[in-house]
Amino acid sequence: MAEPVKDWTADYDIFAPEYIKNPFPIWDEIREKCPVAHTDRWGGSFMPTRYEDLFNIARDIEHFSSRDVLVASVMPAPEDEERMRAEWDEDENEVMVQQYNVGAPPITSDPPVHTWARKLLLPPFSANAVAKYEDETRELCRELIDGFIDKGTADGAGDYAQQIPPRVIASMLGIPKDMAGTFTEWVRGFLELGLTNPELREQSARSIFEFMNAQIQERKEKPGDDLVSYLLQAKVDGEPVPEPHILGTCFLLMVAGIDTTWSSIGSALWHLAQHPDDRRKIIEQPEIIGNAVEELLRAYSPVTMARYVAADTEYAGCPIPEGSKVLMNFPAANRDPRVFEDPDKVILDREKNPHIAFGVGIHRCAGSNLARMEMKVAIEEWLKRIPDFRLADPASVTWAGGQVRGPRKMMVVWPA
Amino acid sequence: MKVKKVKVDSEKCQGHNRCYALAPGMFKVDDYGYAQPQGDGVLADEDDIELAQRAVDNCPERAIYIVEEEE
Repeated sequence: MAEPVKDWTADYDIFAPEYIKNPFPIWDEIREKCPVAHTDRWGGSFMPTRYEDLFNIARDIEHFSSRDVLVASVMPAPEDEERMRAEWDEDENEVMVQQYNVGAPPITSDPPVHTWARKLLLPPFSANAVAKYEDETRELCRELIDGFIDKGTADGAGDYAQQIPPRVIASMLGIPKDMAGTFTEWVRGFLELGLTNPELREQSARSIFEFMNAQIQERKEKPGDDLVSYLLQAKVDGEPVPEPHILGTCFLLMVAGIDTTWSSIGSALWHLAQHPDDRRKIIEQPEIIGNAVEELLRAYSPVTMARYVAADTEYAGCPIPEGSKVLMNFPAANRDPRVFEDPDKVILDREKNPHIAFGVGIHRCAGSNLARMEMKVAIEEWLKRIPDFRLADPASVTWAGGQVRGPRKMMVVWPA
Repeated sequence: MKVKKVKVDSEKCQGHNRCYALAPGMFKVDDYGYAQPQGDGVLADEDDIELAQRAVDNCPERAIYIVEEEE
């Protein structure tokens, strides 16, 4: 067991049980006392908590590189990534793919690689492109609800929220949906349980890489109407995209789109289970769903990214040496009273809500439209069938935290 | 005559789609999600101005602004 935290501004621990369960008062304390906190734990990091600071640091890509977006990680150095593009040939391909030294572009890329890699990925995730998956997502939600509605109880996280994103991303990648449970296990092993367990993280990453690599080889033979085939057929400056890059991007698609969205859907249900007025509001005024999703994203932002300090710098008088990690606490920024009136209150039709749950600057979450669509559909379908529900026992809800926060077991009940 | 117009700084826009979601008649987005005003961006009445102000208030990149220009 780690030592309990006594001073959150100088010795924070994002994996401490009290931080995972209820980080909000901790953020308030740090934000007012020492807005850029520091810790030596978990390899050491700095953690900004004010909106303005997150906004500035996210946009200063020169000093705050994305080559490393986890507290401790296995990503290639930027020079490796650039070399991969410059020197890529078929012979080397095999070696890089086998070593899985491919990163997760573009989330782990800086310009110039980031620029073309992101451009490649944005069109299949545009609002119009993801709208094509809305009907099947709705159908999926209905089937899940059919499975438990008569029981009058379900695990809103495990039986519902967790089931949605892996199936949607499987559909986009052209992969059988019965792989969803396995995907979830791998992604949790990498991003959640694996953050404090390097061996599990490595093993989970390898499982994902091996699986996706096999999918890539299959699509080379038999292209289909899916994202893997799209990436294989895409051209950048007239050239095909290097295969290690495609593998890294496929890895990203799986890792980035499952835990995060599942957490958001779960947190939204957690809130609605405890706020009958908000349930009624969405049911009676269905047109506010778009704003409601934004507000739930603000109040329960799941993702804390990291940055790697590429050169000695100073922020707000605080020297930050090269090689440091910076935890991008977007969730804390989204509860900064300097920007959001009454920040701890969920106001579904909040008028001023420039939240940065999806980040800000060039690394704005590429899957944001997909996440929003899934949240909207998941909430709508749930409330259509189960308009009146509550937490079976608020104290028994378990949470995952650290870099992705959301409920992991959350029994809810309703009149059957 | 002076009119109010809504503009999007394409250097700052990162394709969050917030303005498009709030005011689809006032903004358009391309395949990458980057936004531009529909047409000339002229805000015809108080309702338009209010809607444009909402887009300004909700843009995480501070990319949207309202200007007063000669028609």
